[in-house]
Amino acid sequence: MSTTLGTTSAVAIDDVSVRFRSKRAETTAIGQVSLDVAPGEFVSIVGPSGCGKSTLLKLVSGLLRPSTGSVTLLGEQVCGPRHDIGFVFQRAALLEWRSARRNILLQAEMRGMSSAEAGRRADELIEMTGLTGFENALPHELSGGMQQRVALCRALLHRPRVLLMDEPFGALDALTREQMNVELHRVWRETGTTVLLVTHSIAESVYLANRVIVLTQRPALVKEVIDVDLPAERDYAETMARSGFAAATARIRDLLGAVTGHD
Amino acid sequence: MEPVSGDRWRGVAERSWRPAALLAACVVIWHLVTVTGLVEAYLVPSPGKTFDLLVDKWSYLWGHTWVTTYETILGFVIAGVLGVLVAVAMVYSRTVESTAYPILLFAQVIPKIAIAPLFVVWLGFGFEPKVIVAVLMAFFPVVISTVTGLKSVDAEMLELAATMGGGPVKTFVKIRFPAALPHLFAGLKVAVTLAVTGAVVGEFVGSNEGLGYVILQANGNMDTPMLFAGLIVISVVGILLFLLLDLAEQLMLPWHSSRRGAAVTTLLAKGGS
Ligand SMILES: Nc1ncnc2c1ncn2[C@@H]1O[C@H](COP(=O)(O)OP(=O)(O)OP(=O)(O)O)[C@@H](O)[C@H]1O
Ligand SMILES: [Mg+2]
Repeated sequence: MSTTLGTTSAVAIDDVSVRFRSKRAETTAIGQVSLDVAPGEFVSIVGPSGCGKSTLLKLVSGLLRPSTGSVTLLGEQVCGPRHDIGFVFQRAALLEWRSARRNILLQAEMRGMSSAEAGRRADELIEMTGLTGFENALPHELSGGMQQRVALCRALLHRPRVLLMDEPFGALDALTREQMNVELHRVWRETGTTVLLVTHSIAESVYLANRVIVLTQRPALVKEVIDVDLPAERDYAETMARSGFAAATARIRDLLGAVTGHD
Repeated sequence: MEPVSGDRWRGVAERSWRPAALLAACVVIWHLVTVTGLVEAYLVPSPGKTFDLLVDKWSYLWGHTWVTTYETILGFVIAGVLGVLVAVAMVYSRTVESTAYPILLFAQVIPKIAIAPLFVVWLGFGFEPKVIVAVLMAFFPVVISTVTGLKSVDAEMLELAATMGGGPVKTFVKIRFPAALPHLFAGLKVAVTLAVTGAVVGEFVGSNEGLGYVILQANGNMDTPMLFAGLIVISVVGILLFLLLDLAEQLMLPWHSSRRGAAVTTLLAKGGS
């Protein structure tokens, strides 16, 4: 499963396990997980709450070190926080004293990118995500969906080759969430970025991904990998109606032990 | 951008009229107490008499006010700068934190008025002992509030910063310090009022100028009008310095004060209706 010679995967997780040691107990968050993600691929990760999905993304970003095994990102072993990724958390985590645009530009300032180029890129992303007109609004003046869009723009500003998203739309209402899914799909198609998306929404996981990784209860193991049989170009309503979509969602529901039936 | 509401000055007027009315009521009660002879005039002078004295002896009071204000501001600034530096060191180094905390606490609980004479013995009757007492009074709240502020930064924000690769200095300048500013200002506002007290305490212990000296003199001469005048001037100095910081906070942290302002306005609107 590891990186095969010649075809380097964007992300390679090799027999990784993670144990947290606290004063009272030792928790194994991740049992033994291996996973390869091809460049440009969109992979969704679903699993029961607390099974170790966030932990997995933190491993890939280098914010956390594995107890055993290794993670390779873009051909380079991960051994500290990586700067060649974009990260979107569940909460937007914006600086409340900065306008939407300046929150996006934080990415450039921290990296020391040229400000002219960063400004152009920010404007491009603002337009792409429909934030035009709200560039100068402070976070508390934005809706939850807009804040999440700002976080997405910030994560994309430096054109990362790998985008990690941890339940980015968890706090949004169903309709806004669908809009964000459509936008993310378009952004992914336009940028060709490799995406790892953690989500609790089965529909979202299937609509966006090439593959869905279903994890077990903690300690996390890969229960099954589902190949999504859908065309690359996906219209939202049309995709929902496809048999490939229904088959994949039914299978995931089954695996997660959810109540089966129609929603 | 704020929710559209009446014009700004009306807002200020609405906010100020209650405290102003309360103050006026206090002055009226004070006046009544003295006029009716409930309390002997030599114990409590009437507001009119005190006010007359403030006007008559203005130039005398002004000189001493300036001395006390100078000591206060100097003490406050030193405490502010030192406090922030110590807080930063404490947040970034566990060793510094565990070493400094007990000492800080000790310096805080020791009564300043009890150690002030020592500074006079060491440094004489000049402004230095007063500034030192003011620093000692104002230092603790600055440290505590800055430490709290620097530690209150969202952990996820710091993780994000790590993935952006800006390094510790940029993370501090662009994320940690600005995030701590609301806490820091809260501490500074407490500190400035304590610095006034510190300066006056220092003057009590040994000096020949400043408002503390004025009060001590008035006390010795049983000059209650002058004593009251001194108290009033000290309060005014403290309030003005506090308001100055409040203004600085509003100018520097519009994102913070606008939200806080909104909350206060909502409360007032609810209370008023
Ligand atoms: N820093 C830590 N110290 C100790 N235990 C931790 C730590 N971080 C996570 N854990 C534990 O590891 C397990 C997995 O946590 P993780 O946050 O990865 O779950 P998750 O799958 O993202 O859950 P959710 O879907 O609710 O977000 C949990 O049981 C959690 O208690
Ligand atoms: Mg999680």
